[in-house]
Amino acid sequence: MKKLFPILSVITAILLVYALYQALVVAPTDAQQGDVYRIIYYHVPSAWTAFLLFFINFIASIQYLVSGKPSTKSAANWVVIVLGVVGVGACFLPAVQRLIPAGMRPSAVATTVLMIPIFYFLIGKLFPGENLDVLAVTTAEVGVVFCTIVLVTGPIWARPVWGIWWAPGDIRLTSTLVLWLIYVAYLMLRRFSNSAQTQMMAAALAVFGALDVPLVYFSIWFFRTQHPQPVIGGGGSMDPRMLHVLVVSWTAFLFFAFLVCWSRFRLELLHREIEEAHAMESLAGAGVAAKASLPLGRSSR
Amino acid sequence: MNAVKFLIAAYVATWVIHGVYLGSLIRRFGRLRQQAKELGKGK
Repeated sequence: MKKLFPILSVITAILLVYALYQALVVAPTDAQQGDVYRIIYYHVPSAWTAFLLFFINFIASIQYLVSGKPSTKSAANWVVIVLGVVGVGACFLPAVQRLIPAGMRPSAVATTVLMIPIFYFLIGKLFPGENLDVLAVTTAEVGVVFCTIVLVTGPIWARPVWGIWWAPGDIRLTSTLVLWLIYVAYLMLRRFSNSAQTQMMAAALAVFGALDVPLVYFSIWFFRTQHPQPVIGGGGSMDPRMLHVLVVSWTAFLFFAFLVCWSRFRLELLHREIEEAHAMESLAGAGVAAKASLPLGRSSR
Repeated sequence: MNAVKFLIAAYVATWVIHGVYLGSLIRRFGRLRQQAKELGKGK
């Protein structure tokens, strides 16, 4: 594992440089926007990465909430299995397909639904016990970083293309800002609350916060927005060469996000180990003090 | 208007944000390692 980190770091660095080269040199210039459209190669992969991290945070938080009691955990497992089977099956029913927005493939929706039980059981298996909470805080923090990039690069792109920095009232923009605020609140709660229930409260907040992710993602399908239609999955039509560069860029950002999450995960584990050691030291100190004061207590009676 | 400066600004902003965050991680790692060392000495 110690060797894997530097190897992955080198691969990520090469991928990031390659993605930058593809974005700035190889990708063709957009006929309408010119070169400024190349912001897409940082803006969109950052948004997808943030959504993925918030989704992992959501799954880890649910796992953490139900992990207290074995009966609750077993019930939750069955609920997830049933939801997955029913959700995937429903995507192929004509009545449900009519509800799916034009341009969105039912198979794509079914695949997304299928990801929920897959991620749920995978995360439960790979991150047992307290590690679920460590994973939740890790993905929330790194997700906020990527979401910040989305909120910064979006207005920089909007200014030359729309003529404005921000479109007030636009549901995609507003819901993304709300999503960012929810996860900043989540991190503030974890940072400043001293309650023994902080982890539980944070997990509950994360579950509600994650409900904003589908709203952000699907808002451009269901509402008229200033924000353009999706580049893949329906609605938009993108040059295959541009799409290729976008996928390369996202792959590079996924590697980078994985490395950052890995470092943050290790940091959190170290932080908890030191806190535990401090607590043990204080307890040991208190024990010595109690022993020392015992004869004095007896003599004072 | 030269729109390329917005492109450069977006790319630079992205790496500044990542850089600041990575810097904060390194700083926190350093602080925790120091604390771990002090704990080890105490024992």
